[in-house]
Amino acid sequence: MNELIEQLKSAYAVLVVPARADTQAAAVPAVVQPTDPERRGCHLEVTVTPAVVVDAAQVANRFGFAIDTITGIDWPEAGQMEVVYDFFHPQHRLHLVVRTRVPRDAPALPTIQDVFPGANWHERETHDFFGIKFIGHPDLTPLLLPEDADYHPLRKDFTNVSRSSN
Amino acid sequence: MSPGHPTDSSVSAAAPRETFVLNVGPQHPATHGVLRLKLTMDGEYVLHAEPVIGYAHRMHEKMGENRTYVQFLPNPSRIDYLSAMHYMHAYVCVVERALGIEVPPRAEYIRVITSELNRIASHLVWFGAFLLDLGAFTPLLYAFDDREKILDLLEAVTGSRLTYCYYRFGGLCNDVDEQFIEGTRAFVKHMRGRLGMYHKLVTENLILRKRLEGIGVISAELCRKYGATGPVLRGSGVPCDVRKLEPYSVYPEFEFDVPHFAEGDCMARYKVRMEEIAQSLRIIEQAIAKLPPGPVMAEKVPRVIKPPPGDYYFAVEAARGRFAIRLVSDGTEVPYRLKLRTPSFSNLALFGEAARGLLMQDALALLGSLDLVIPDVDR
Amino acid sequence: MILPEPYRLIAYLVGALAFVGLNAAYLVWLERKVAARFQRRPGPTEVGPAGLLQPIADGLKLLGKQFVVWPHADRVLFRLAPAFVLAPALMCLAVIPFGHALCARDFNLGLLLVFAFGSVNVLAILLGGWASRNKYSVIAAARVVSQNVAYEIPMLLVVTTLLLTAGTMNLRELVQQQAGGVWNWNLVKVWVNPLMPVLFLIFYVCMLAETNRAPFDMAEAESELVAGAFTEYAGMGFGLFFMAEYANIVVGASVATVLFLGGWHSPVGVMPGTFWFLVKLYALVFSVMWVRWTFPRTQFYRLLNLSWKLLIPAGLGALLFTALILKLR
Repeated sequence: MNELIEQLKSAYAVLVVPARADTQAAAVPAVVQPTDPERRGCHLEVTVTPAVVVDAAQVANRFGFAIDTITGIDWPEAGQMEVVYDFFHPQHRLHLVVRTRVPRDAPALPTIQDVFPGANWHERETHDFFGIKFIGHPDLTPLLLPEDADYHPLRKDFTNVSRSSN
Repeated sequence: MSPGHPTDSSVSAAAPRETFVLNVGPQHPATHGVLRLKLTMDGEYVLHAEPVIGYAHRMHEKMGENRTYVQFLPNPSRIDYLSAMHYMHAYVCVVERALGIEVPPRAEYIRVITSELNRIASHLVWFGAFLLDLGAFTPLLYAFDDREKILDLLEAVTGSRLTYCYYRFGGLCNDVDEQFIEGTRAFVKHMRGRLGMYHKLVTENLILRKRLEGIGVISAELCRKYGATGPVLRGSGVPCDVRKLEPYSVYPEFEFDVPHFAEGDCMARYKVRMEEIAQSLRIIEQAIAKLPPGPVMAEKVPRVIKPPPGDYYFAVEAARGRFAIRLVSDGTEVPYRLKLRTPSFSNLALFGEAARGLLMQDALALLGSLDLVIPDVDR
Repeated sequence: MILPEPYRLIAYLVGALAFVGLNAAYLVWLERKVAARFQRRPGPTEVGPAGLLQPIADGLKLLGKQFVVWPHADRVLFRLAPAFVLAPALMCLAVIPFGHALCARDFNLGLLLVFAFGSVNVLAILLGGWASRNKYSVIAAARVVSQNVAYEIPMLLVVTTLLLTAGTMNLRELVQQQAGGVWNWNLVKVWVNPLMPVLFLIFYVCMLAETNRAPFDMAEAESELVAGAFTEYAGMGFGLFFMAEYANIVVGASVATVLFLGGWHSPVGVMPGTFWFLVKLYALVFSVMWVRWTFPRTQFYRLLNLSWKLLIPAGLGALLFTALILKLR
């Protein structure tokens, strides 16, 4: 299993956002960090840029991971929103976390639902709660929230009306 | 001898086909709660199925960000009310992991015993409700009769019958007494006999076998793509059980099998759950035999729960599959982010794809075999 | 004792209506008690001793409710269907010989009449389902029609086979042929036709399917089609469908009793007459309930397969075989 982790590491190490001439953006490699499963509950944390989440999901798919969940975390001080992809392995004791951060004022990143169709609902839910747009997602109408909901309750600046009144 | 569905070859492409949308739910006897299915039908064939969820959404995740760790204790058991112990287990364990608390062995043993009792109770409810979906009313009453015995046992220890709040950070709120141990022993014996009866009366029934075998086949690959877990995944032949794969609590100390069947049909899921009841009984028996003396509460639990900043994740095997909590702490008394990953959500997500081309009757059998608890889907 | 004509008709009408009404009411009570016993619970106990007044209370409640016709339904057909569904069952009772003299119409073609009116029942459910303009109702109605058409064929084949040996369609004569002890009942007359028990079995299965009872209750498969063809019916409209279901069971069981179980003849030689007819009738009704509370529902296509691929060939085979025996004898 350690072998598998090593293979994963090398697979993610080559995951680099290519430099783009039009924006002069430099190439950004993925950061791969092994973690203590007893302490944190996961074996490997990969931090990538939003542009390569689909490639990151494809690597997970190639290694036989199943999608666990997708969620957001709001970091208003940093002006960012974090999207966390959890993958578990149905055959091995292996938990993989892929993290990426998007700017808070225009949160958008590509959908991975073509790789994992199960991501469809998770991304829709994340859009409900955080307002993060998943580019290429077929249907981002509220899943759990009321169909006319235009608010995103898990953003830190969302205040619960009944709570703020007292 | 299931008929080929019209989406492939039996109907010529030239024939005009009239479809209609059948709205199943949110109030429908087969949806067990407020689930709505939009079925696009061609006659009795389901061409397209879309589950519509969110009717029982309560935003537990926001509640978690609004109250202290202790105040959130009663919430997890209300997410999936049939599997309350496991959800409590995940929540206290993730906080214990963050705080680095060692739980006394007696407490862990009792956690396992109560969790497994809860698993049996949950599977019994599923057994009754599933057969009710198939038009057999009587087994429901038998299953509830057995479940009642579990509820009585757990009520005596925890004080509640459904939404238990029994586990605490670092242990349990109170120890079990001799009466509970005796009662559990008697129950294990009783339930073994009943399982035999269920198999004779229900599993071997010809009509039931015909209704389940080869119906609603879900492949292991589909499960993986949708993140389906628990009996659904094991019914597709993958022996994936968090208790074995990512062992937590004292599960490594017990001998038990992970039942799995490769067929992937409704019958496989049925057999997995029935076999799991037997395995849970095995675990309970061993846990009672090995139950160590000692305290049920860790000594060094801080009065105010303030986990160090960081990101913690904990998964347990709930009755419906993998339940996981991701806790992001910023070092204050309230969680910064509490993500709840519920099994029913992912299990339901694959329904649309798995139900395509089935007859309506079979699609509803498939829905029943997924063992959904709607508040668990909606959170 | 034979009543002169107008009185006979009135006596029949009063008798049949009372019989159907009481049967519906108390078979519901019996069904609930039987189900309760199977499920280890007491069943209705609150209203009257052992819940005996429960059906009266239920009936009054149904009567007191509004008969809702929702705007999109077909108003005429929607109202007509409940009447249509009960009437044929009443007609069938006219020719059933409950005792040696207890028969409203001693009619030469009695059996034909029973089956002719028995088929109208399907039409009524179809009307109800169609007129409701509810998708569940229409699906259920379509199911009921194909189911009843499929099962009428083997049932008629069985009856025709029986008629080959009996030689009469008069139900009273059919019973009289079976006089003289248990071994003369058609069910066990294997020396006349060795297939008799098989015929009874086919007849019984068809009876379950024709009356839309579990495990063939496609008309109101509640976990799939809510209440099937009756989804939109409220109050006594629903009540009439309910009554008709039990009336049809009684008719079906009566015909089975007449054809196979020796009608009013006593199996032990004492007390011949209506008592024994009712004992056999309710024993059959009880077995129908027993089946319902024991088995899950079948799939619809398997139900049709059973008829078209098994029962109809079996019925045809039995018919040919019997004809062959009679020819060779």
